Amino acid sequence: MAASATHRAIDAVWRIESARLIAGLTRIVRDVSVAEDLGQDALVAALERWPESGIPDNPSAWLMAAAKRRGIDALRRRVTLERKQELIARELEILQQLDQPDLVAQVDDVQDDVLRLVFMTCHPVLSREARVALTLRLLGGLSTPEIARAFLVSEATIAQRIVRAKRTLAEARVPFEVPGRDELADRLSAVLEVIYLVFNEGYAATAGEHWIRPALCEDALRLGRILSALMPCEPEVQGLLALMELQASRLRARVGPHGEPVLLADQDRARWDQLLVQRGLAGLQRAEELSDQLGPYTLQAAIAACHARGRSLEETDWPRIVALYDGLAALTGSPVVELNRAVAVGMAFGPEAGLELIDSLADEPALRGYHLLPSVRGDLLVRLGRLADAREELMHAADLCNNDRERELLLSRAVACGT
Amino acid sequence: MRFMVLVPGSPESEAGEMPSKEILEAMTKYNEELVKAGVMLAGEGLHPTSKGAKVRFEGNERTVIDGPFTEAKELVAGYWVWECASREEAIEWLKRAPFDGGVEIELRQIFEADDFGEQLTPELREANERLREQAAAQN
Repeated sequence: MAASATHRAIDAVWRIESARLIAGLTRIVRDVSVAEDLGQDALVAALERWPESGIPDNPSAWLMAAAKRRGIDALRRRVTLERKQELIARELEILQQLDQPDLVAQVDDVQDDVLRLVFMTCHPVLSREARVALTLRLLGGLSTPEIARAFLVSEATIAQRIVRAKRTLAEARVPFEVPGRDELADRLSAVLEVIYLVFNEGYAATAGEHWIRPALCEDALRLGRILSALMPCEPEVQGLLALMELQASRLRARVGPHGEPVLLADQDRARWDQLLVQRGLAGLQRAEELSDQLGPYTLQAAIAACHARGRSLEETDWPRIVALYDGLAALTGSPVVELNRAVAVGMAFGPEAGLELIDSLADEPALRGYHLLPSVRGDLLVRLGRLADAREELMHAADLCNNDRERELLLSRAVACGT
Repeated sequence: MRFMVLVPGSPESEAGEMPSKEILEAMTKYNEELVKAGVMLAGEGLHPTSKGAKVRFEGNERTVIDGPFTEAKELVAGYWVWECASREEAIEWLKRAPFDGGVEIELRQIFEADDFGEQLTPELREANERLREQAAAQN
């Protein structure tokens, strides 16, 4: 095998194994930073050895053994060189733990470790940005350059964000465990938020020249699917996955031939990905069966399902969508949800009714500067035939929009309203 | 990237024999691994070809040929659909499948819009979409 081919194969093994490896190592050394370093050492060892020896039959066991061996070597060297008593005591402890026979034999234990790692990388002690970067790095198996590209920031920024995040986790002594019943709901919603943030950045990029970035959606879906298998009985985990599958089913219909955004009303529904639609609908059903009361992600999945089932915009069950948004608004009190509800009301009961709701949101501080408020208002005005007002709203929306492609679309719609 | 893995038939699968308990267990465990890794989108086994049929196309003529079909090795007995980051990752997963006895399992990438790349110019893409729309209108 050519060197580059072997390297690609090693990348693939790393993507499959890294989360479990780092999770298993974190359980042993109780420090995610040390665990990641050891994992990286094992990767380096693989890059040195595998091009000659070939990929071993059991790569996960090989990587774990290599990580431990490197860890023990490095610690022995440091323990003899350094004089700081305290440090030595801590490192000796790690050394002893590493020296024990393989603790990572049971697959189920490894799965539990991965779940513990999820709760650690999404811990509320970290900023949202740090949670996203660390989760993609440790659980998604993404490299620092890949994360930097995904979020359009420099590699140095991401690298620093990850280093700081690991330091914060260590300083706060965040335990490597699945939270107990009393805090599970809050902690789980922090995990789901991270995954959905990643998805949304792919689904409707907030910045940059591309309107969608499918690779980010795929990373989020993968994390969602992993979590869904780890927590099969949590309704909102299933609800979030269903929501992402249903939204992702529309991805390829969401961009036009020149990279321009195509909104729901104009999408060719024959291009929706039926495999994802079916997975999403099945996931929604699971979430509904598990819930006493539908949570916010399950409600949003139910809304997405109304679109998935609709054969056209007109044949969509808009009154049901309004009812689901009522539930979501009551649950979240979010002005953005109210804005979406106004769109649904405009479809179900006419543009006049929608406009009335929008106008009641005009002074909402959370929506100030949010381009979708004037954009929706512009849509409703177009439908009412008030083209001059619509044009003004759409121009205003374009001014507020940070995504190049979306701004072009808003401008062209404004121009279409005439002068 | 989406892949389809095609599992060929065997005299046993064609005879409608269920695999042994050991094989079923190993396959269940493997499927669980795929699900836990977020890789598996779909996967099904197929009934023997004796329950299937072929339709032969010749000009305007359509001839229905009932199963079973010969050449068990060339028949498909099951499939998976996987979502992987790369071809290498899909191969790495496939290598872990519990098969034996010289059986060859085929891995194929599923076409997605971007795969047409430069060949599918915006104009061609539009024409393609118009055709789809026309086809949909005729249904």
